Amino acid sequence: MKDKTSIPGKSMTGASILWECLEREGVQVVFGYPGGAILPAYDALKHSKIHHVLVRHEQGATHMADGFARASGKVGVAVATSGPGATNMVTGIATAMLDSSPIVCITGQVGSKLIGSDAFQETDITGVTLPITKHNYLVTHASEVARTIREAFYVARSGRPGPVLVDITKDAQQTTCEFDWEAAKPQLPGYRPDLSPEPKEYEQALELIHNSKRPVILAGHGIIISGAMQEVREFAERAGIPVALTLLGIGAFPAAHPLNLGMMGMHGEAWVNHTIQEADLLLAFGMRFDDRVTGNLKTYASNAKKIHIEIDPAEINKNVKVDVPLVGDLREVLHELLPKVESIDRSEWLDSIDKLKGDAAVRDIQNLPDSGHLYAAHVINDLWRETRDGDTVVVTDVGQHQMWEAQYYKHEKARSLITSGGLGTMGFALPAAIGAKVARPEAEVWVVAGDGGFQMTLCELATIVQENLKVNIAIINNGFLGMVRQWQEFFYERNYAATPLLNPDFAKLGEAYGIRSMTVTERSQVVPSVRAARQHDGPVLINFRVEQEDTVYPMVAAGASLHEMIRRPSKIVETADDE
Amino acid sequence: MLNTYVVYVENKPGVLTRVASLFRRRAFNIDSLTVGRTEKPEVSRMTITVDADHDQARRIEANLYKLVNVLLVENITNAPAIVRDLAMIKVAATHEARSHVLELASVFRARVVDVAPDSLTIEITGAEDKIDGLLEVLRPYGVLEMVRTGIVAMRRGKSSSTASATSPDHDVTEEDVSHSV
Repeated sequence: MKDKTSIPGKSMTGASILWECLEREGVQVVFGYPGGAILPAYDALKHSKIHHVLVRHEQGATHMADGFARASGKVGVAVATSGPGATNMVTGIATAMLDSSPIVCITGQVGSKLIGSDAFQETDITGVTLPITKHNYLVTHASEVARTIREAFYVARSGRPGPVLVDITKDAQQTTCEFDWEAAKPQLPGYRPDLSPEPKEYEQALELIHNSKRPVILAGHGIIISGAMQEVREFAERAGIPVALTLLGIGAFPAAHPLNLGMMGMHGEAWVNHTIQEADLLLAFGMRFDDRVTGNLKTYASNAKKIHIEIDPAEINKNVKVDVPLVGDLREVLHELLPKVESIDRSEWLDSIDKLKGDAAVRDIQNLPDSGHLYAAHVINDLWRETRDGDTVVVTDVGQHQMWEAQYYKHEKARSLITSGGLGTMGFALPAAIGAKVARPEAEVWVVAGDGGFQMTLCELATIVQENLKVNIAIINNGFLGMVRQWQEFFYERNYAATPLLNPDFAKLGEAYGIRSMTVTERSQVVPSVRAARQHDGPVLINFRVEQEDTVYPMVAAGASLHEMIRRPSKIVETADDE
Repeated sequence: MLNTYVVYVENKPGVLTRVASLFRRRAFNIDSLTVGRTEKPEVSRMTITVDADHDQARRIEANLYKLVNVLLVENITNAPAIVRDLAMIKVAATHEARSHVLELASVFRARVVDVAPDSLTIEITGAEDKIDGLLEVLRPYGVLEMVRTGIVAMRRGKSSSTASATSPDHDVTEEDVSHSV
């Protein structure tokens, strides 16, 4: 096919060119949902080698493309029709935007002559998605399809990755034109994804590093995107610098590494946040000082100099004023820095951090006595113990279970945790896990979702079955919108407005879809249920009925200083003891 | 302080929306924005003035560069530059007042572009403060209608930004700078 179509002058429809270009971009699978304005493209799919995963809602398609991208590092592709199909993608696009995930969304659009007439299923989707895409396109001629697709993939995956939407009118799909891949090279004269720091800036950074007594690396998502895990490890080890992780940075540095402090921020452990507050130098690696990791900016690491290695110049000095910005690809910047970094003994600083840990560091919830209650932390910690040795990908939803996952599942490898950090999109987990499983069929994929978020996209259970995907689903079911309830407990005088949930029997629901399902109410059943799920060939759903009014500790209240944490009350011994 | 940017963008549909949307989304407050053609048909040129402190000004520039269709951004706030605004001012000018208004217009080197029995329309081009000055002295006569284009700006001297619209590392040297004529 490639030989035939690479002949300049071959006449093809816009729809055929679309699939041909996707194939040439390396796409093997797309996630989509058909409809009127995208029908010509679906008709042309029969000539393509690309596998189409039929979703149950277009939001699911975007999260699947996102999960695919995060699990593999490749561009994920979602397809939808015009109007409602396209607007259903908005949440997934915004999710990918805030977490710098490379996806390309292809939408059908009404015929170019009808644009602006409020035609049936017409929405100005390029207008709607303008602020939540890295870039978007409206294609009105078949002759523009090839170049636009090439540009879309290039923009999505280069520099700071992000979502790109390509809206193609029905007539642009139907009409024919000459297809010439070579001639359709991207033309982006203003796009510069490949910046690099000045030599002077490297020198300034090295001077700060060598003069620092109490440095901390803040490890973010950029490490994983850049593929700089090994470089960060070498850097930390050589310079003797401890590493704190953002939520999306989890997996960028091995959990078991002696220099790994753990997650920072709102639900980070106390010693991590105290370490940051006491540091004299922060080395921000591919992270963006989100309000969830800094707390009150006025009191954030006020004695520390800051070095910010970041590919996006617009992130420099956005939230936190930095002393030395190194704008460029993290891996390349670290390659430049590594040979010049001196090995310095920082045992005094590392010892003082160990003291901050106190009892908390040696806690082990597995060793706490079984009180008859089932806590989410137990479930997640047991899940970790059972699956830690394999190639496991955990995909979480958003809320309490997400924070417990980050605290109690110890991730050693990059791309083993997939979670919606920036946008905090409930309903993300199930579809994103489908994308992850499609991207990495050999990996063991677990959904960890709350009962609230799970119900937002549970229609994709049908997609799992239709695609015959081995995805295991752990619902952390506490009968509440747990994180919102927690905020109501702390900040709204326990007025649990609209947070209790009346749920269906999730196990029966799973069975209705043809998914083996079980309900677990006691701690002793957790490990057997996880083992049973792993041994079963098909997908498995486990409904964990956990303690209803459990709380994620520690917590930095929104707007509070990072060191002002709400600590675990000593009465709740089941989750931890770091008083 | 008021920052003045000259922004070169690809001449494509929707680019103005992208730029305007960026300012809205990031809560940067546009004071004035003008857009028009350049000597190159594929390039449009914007002059944007924004109230921003030093850090904000740098971030605006970085954010503009994030737009794929933006070719070159220059903050010319502190550069020697020619800055021009154009205004048309319709003044109530009865028989008695008419000669005074004409006199004021000529002092400001403004032109009368329309004469009606009860009004005069004056066109003035210049820096913003010059136009503000004329406006102030005309107010007592009764300003019936006024429209301004917003400023356009250009660096002085032989340095040309469009020449470097595809290479961002262009620096202006001393010899490039000329003087007001």
